[in-house]
Amino acid sequence: MDLARSEVAESAGKADAPRARRGGPGRSDRRGSAARLALMALPVAFFAVFFAVPVAAIVARGLKADGSWRFGRIGEVLGQSGIQQVLWFTTWQALASTGLTLLIALPGAYVFARFDFRGKQVLRAVVTVPFVLPTVVVGTAFLALVGRGGLLDELWGVRLDTTVWAILLAHVFFNYAVVVRTVGGLWSQLDPRQEEAARMLGASRLRAWRTVTLPALAPAVAAAALMVFLFTFTSFGAVQILGGPAYSTLEVEIYRQTAQLLDLPTAAVLTIVQFAAVGAVLAVHAWTVRRRESALKLVDAAAAVRRPRGAGQWSLLGFVLLTVALLVLLPLGVLVQRSFDGPDGYGFLYYETLRSADGGAFLVPAVDAIGNSLRYAVVATAIALVIGGLAAAALTRRAGRLVRGFDVLLMLPLGVSAVTVGFGFLITLDEPPLDLRSSWILVPLAQALVGVPFVVRTMLPVLRAVDGRLREAAAVLGASPWRAWREVDLPLVRRALLIAAGFAFAVSLGEFGATVFIARPDNPTLPVAVARLLGRAGDLNYGQAMALSTILMVVCAVALLLLERLRTERTTGEF
Amino acid sequence: MSAGRSAPQAAGEQSNGAALLRLDDVTVRFGSRAALDGVGLDVAEHEIVCVLGPSGSGKSTLLRAVAGLQGLDAGRVVLGGRDQGGVPAHKRGVGLMFQDHQLFPQRDVAGNVAFGLRMHGAPRAEQALRVAELLDLVGLPGAQKRPVSSLSGGEQQRVALARALAPRPRLLMLDEPLGQLDRSLRERLVVELRELFGELGTTVLAVTHDQGEAFALADRVVVMREGRIAQSGTPLEVWRDPVDEFVARFLGFDNVVDATVTGEVADTVWGKVPVPEGTRQGACRLLVRPAGVRLVGVEEGLACAVAARTFRGTHVAVQLEPPGGPRLEAACALRDAPAVGETVGVVFDSGDVVVLG
Repeated sequence: MDLARSEVAESAGKADAPRARRGGPGRSDRRGSAARLALMALPVAFFAVFFAVPVAAIVARGLKADGSWRFGRIGEVLGQSGIQQVLWFTTWQALASTGLTLLIALPGAYVFARFDFRGKQVLRAVVTVPFVLPTVVVGTAFLALVGRGGLLDELWGVRLDTTVWAILLAHVFFNYAVVVRTVGGLWSQLDPRQEEAARMLGASRLRAWRTVTLPALAPAVAAAALMVFLFTFTSFGAVQILGGPAYSTLEVEIYRQTAQLLDLPTAAVLTIVQFAAVGAVLAVHAWTVRRRESALKLVDAAAAVRRPRGAGQWSLLGFVLLTVALLVLLPLGVLVQRSFDGPDGYGFLYYETLRSADGGAFLVPAVDAIGNSLRYAVVATAIALVIGGLAAAALTRRAGRLVRGFDVLLMLPLGVSAVTVGFGFLITLDEPPLDLRSSWILVPLAQALVGVPFVVRTMLPVLRAVDGRLREAAAVLGASPWRAWREVDLPLVRRALLIAAGFAFAVSLGEFGATVFIARPDNPTLPVAVARLLGRAGDLNYGQAMALSTILMVVCAVALLLLERLRTERTTGEF
Repeated sequence: MSAGRSAPQAAGEQSNGAALLRLDDVTVRFGSRAALDGVGLDVAEHEIVCVLGPSGSGKSTLLRAVAGLQGLDAGRVVLGGRDQGGVPAHKRGVGLMFQDHQLFPQRDVAGNVAFGLRMHGAPRAEQALRVAELLDLVGLPGAQKRPVSSLSGGEQQRVALARALAPRPRLLMLDEPLGQLDRSLRERLVVELRELFGELGTTVLAVTHDQGEAFALADRVVVMREGRIAQSGTPLEVWRDPVDEFVARFLGFDNVVDATVTGEVADTVWGKVPVPEGTRQGACRLLVRPAGVRLVGVEEGLACAVAARTFRGTHVAVQLEPPGGPRLEAACALRDAPAVGETVGVVFDSGDVVVLG
């Protein structure tokens, strides 16, 4: 027998299998669509009742007068030069923040993905802490750093709080982790041998990176850039505190018009504008992602990690550590320092006074806010996991047009004014059959709304990365589709599920815009309590705010550190 | 000679014993291309059938269609007398060993092997027993607790086989069962598999692009080309009488020329070639197997220059350059092999000459 012949045929490749995978529509496919629709029923209902209806109600209240729509108001509002300025500023600061964040954080993504160094796990958790901190706390931390009487003012007389730089830096601080985790997560799993193959074919190191690694990373970079843009476009707390009267984003303006000027029509128009802008960005994103989506060859992250070598790599590591120290650790450090810096020198005064209710700011001891926050966050996490998990499971398989858009729809809550959502809750969920106005569940529901996108975006890439043929292998061995999902997908995504839970928890914990409207005065959450303390004059209130912020920061950091232990191999989603 | 040859599509009518699997006119289209084009095939109980074909000939699609992982555009798959239309993959009771194994990465070896047993609700004690038994069978005793990531390619293959065998499928399908292994392991495993399936009485439908593997493993070989069955028969039949030039070349026979048969002689660019008695007269394509190309003195036959020689272990394949004709390959014993550059004479053995359809 002529065995030598076989080698020729073998090298011709094994093209049958992948081709076979995109089969024509069969009976089982149709059954699959039905199952997907069933899975999506609950998320759709959730978003309809707790997102679409409240937001629509607010918009209707603003644009409807005497039972008829007044769309002319849109033109009137947009014609005001003040509003135009807000729109312009919102857009360019978001673009600038995104660019600056990518510039500073991409080297960080590389270092975290490819280098092995002492304290990496802790550092990765540390850079993530800002992301889950309440925006008010971040604003305050930067005020303490670059504002009047801040650290830089004391040392060199430098003040940035009246400039746009304070806002941009705060945004980089916030979103550093988004880029590091989204891009770095993928980067660490790219097979370095792909680049080596390009090198062997004659590409220089840079060329190999540009032609092999960069295209592979592009979807992750695009996703990260989109997230950063969304977060900075809708930035609220940080801009409100650092921007002063000179700088105002749409979100800040919506809050001002709603809560201070009680000008609902203007707020409604701005909500629509923000919604449309965010929707457009998401649509563009969905389009680019779909075009670029390709099956990447992923490897165990640990296999590609090594210690830095040579002066170039060490200085890159040094640069990244320095940026992390200046950008992340310093503001957090100042925050902690101020929480201990009492009138009689350093001590626990601000922490101790949190336990008494006689500060005047609260009906209850401020320390109760910790318990409230944890309780709410746990419930919100559970809701977000159920809703987000169902949605992710339904979206796992690339499907028809019907569900394709749903993917993006789930991101909308991140782009819609939290103020609008919170206020919308109050005016729509106040009558039977859903009279929740006095119920505690309102707060976790609002918080879950921002948690769901994180759950979906963490789970979805991992679920999609599960090789469909593993499911087929299970089916051939006698597993029904549901059983195959449980036996094959679930064990592979269990860690991703835990990470999603951690993020949902942290985001719920830090949610401010909506919670501030719906949390009852005797049940404040930590961010609400911090904001209330900051709103009052006096060193004691300021110090207590710093102390509460520190507690919140520690809770988030501990949660994230626990997550870091779970973060191995193929568990990375987008965050 | 022509008695052993089966015409294309005649496979469906072959029936030695009860057919466990029957494919009737099975067609699967991907877009406008037919991956399977009216395929008819019977596999009898306890039979080992090997589907042989180059990549893209539809072999894997055939297995997926039988497994229920690929919907049919036409035709039917009948298993044990029951039409499988509408029966989902997990209820067909067939085993499939995937080309790249598809072991479950999060489970250890025992977890993988026991998977099918668990799906069928076997009690835990029975699972453990069967897992141990199968690991013994595939030559990995005591490997239960090993993570699959620690297995070598050959070991993964064995675990995949054990996993597929565990639920005692009525039909076991193998997709390139030995494709990714090195030669020596492949040759050893092929013998082991053949013995194993014989002992177990397993009905096997395997696909491969390696004719050596197919011939060693199969009771019957089915050669596929572009979604159709080109030839079906025992390894010996297919080997001796390739039905057409495609099959001949796929089997590694490249000595094919145009010929005109008159009586018991064919007229070719290589000169007169003797053909077996009773050969169809007239124009045809003619195959001379390398073994039928005998080297003699320059004066005694067709004078050819030796262009190349390849050592094949048991023999030497010699590439000959005849005057004005396509190259000829001759198989000769090592000690008789001429050196490159020499000129030799060539005569043909009618026993190794085949007229192609």
